[in-house]
Amino acid sequence: MIREFGFIDFMYLLAAARWTVALSGVAFLGGGLVGLLVALMRVTPLAPVRWLATIYVQAVQGTPLLAWLFLFYFGLPLVGLVVNPWIAAATAFAIYAGAFLGDIWRGALAAIPRTQWEAGASLGLSFLDQLRYIIMPQAVRIAIPPTVGFLVQLIKNTSLAAAIGFVELTREAQITNASTFRPMTVFVIVAAIYFAMCFPLTQWSRYLEQRLHVAR
Amino acid sequence: MSLVELSHVVKRFGTNTVLDDVSMTVAPGEIIAVIGRSGSGKSTMLRCINGLEPIQDGRILFDGAVVNDPQTDLRALRQRVGIVFQSYNLFPHLSVEKNITLAPRVVKNMSESEARELAREVLRKVGLEEKIGAYPDQLSGGQQQRVAIARSLAMRPQLMLFDEITSALDPELTGEVLKVLEAMAGDGMTMLLVTHEIGFAKRVASRVVFMHQGRIWEEGTAAETLSAPRTQELETFLSAVLH
Repeated sequence: MIREFGFIDFMYLLAAARWTVALSGVAFLGGGLVGLLVALMRVTPLAPVRWLATIYVQAVQGTPLLAWLFLFYFGLPLVGLVVNPWIAAATAFAIYAGAFLGDIWRGALAAIPRTQWEAGASLGLSFLDQLRYIIMPQAVRIAIPPTVGFLVQLIKNTSLAAAIGFVELTREAQITNASTFRPMTVFVIVAAIYFAMCFPLTQWSRYLEQRLHVAR
Repeated sequence: MSLVELSHVVKRFGTNTVLDDVSMTVAPGEIIAVIGRSGSGKSTMLRCINGLEPIQDGRILFDGAVVNDPQTDLRALRQRVGIVFQSYNLFPHLSVEKNITLAPRVVKNMSESEARELAREVLRKVGLEEKIGAYPDQLSGGQQQRVAIARSLAMRPQLMLFDEITSALDPELTGEVLKVLEAMAGDGMTMLLVTHEIGFAKRVASRVVFMHQGRIWEEGTAAETLSAPRTQELETFLSAVLH
């Protein structure tokens, strides 16, 4: 039965946006942990460790996120693991974000001149101390703008989780549209909500980028 | 007993032989100027001495320890061998004080107050005590290089390696850096310096080593070697540098 699109529907959409934020947060945290590990693995002096991390990044970057979502949601039950949409989505997004963040952060670490490592080594600092006190603090400044930029992509990409029945903003919009049949209204509102989440972040990223030029 | 001993050192980058059977010794308190054209292997030799570059053959001894032995604790060795680079390599995100105190704090577990006192002391030696709170990008090239020297001195090394440390500086700034080196020489520091400052080498160095095509071509006391070169190559080099 088709009903009118009312204020309550708008509130439902807003409420569903919380899950978009929650999934983005979990994906970013999980992806951040994986990404940190990947970035560090890719700058170690141990070649096999570097290769392993590179293979991971290449594999994930070369495959669609949707495929990972389906793999975890429909694939895992086949091997006897029951997963709900939350766990499937969180895992898939962490894997996805981990590869991209790992690559962004590796780039930031690689942007620090070799001579900075050498200066640290010459003073008797260990590899990890060089990383911690010399390389990372400089790399973080380089990494912040692209990291925030990726976070924006991540928020928008959480809409793919709708495909496995995870009720976030986009899935809720599909449901609302199915009962009100007001696609223009519904999806313009949805777009506006996504925009309201992403715009401050892009602005922040831009601000950080500008500040980077003057900051040491 | 010598502090540093290189015997038949061979260093290759791929098929390119950069150090070709290099042997030399450095006695405690000696100041050795290493001169030669770019690409003659001078800088590489310095970098091999503190283990920044592995060698393919031969042996390098520092104070009795074999630098090129994988069993040697390079970190412990590097605390006793300071190196200053052409491009300063200060840590841009740290103040002058933190640049100097980082290694004493992290490697030697020195307390913050003790480390700060040490920073003041070594900055006094290079005449920059008032810059303790500055950041590297607020300093001139000459000042940055003096901070880099102070940073090395803070580890209280037994040997200092200087890799063309005035080559990136404007001529009017080299003097202040050379003055610091002279003061260190006066304090009895053992120094090995790669330099193009022939006048300085003549004045301060006890010995001069001329490198050519990865070999030690000629060596001897500074006065003799520089005023009466025995080989055509050194003569050509000196006339090119001096004129």
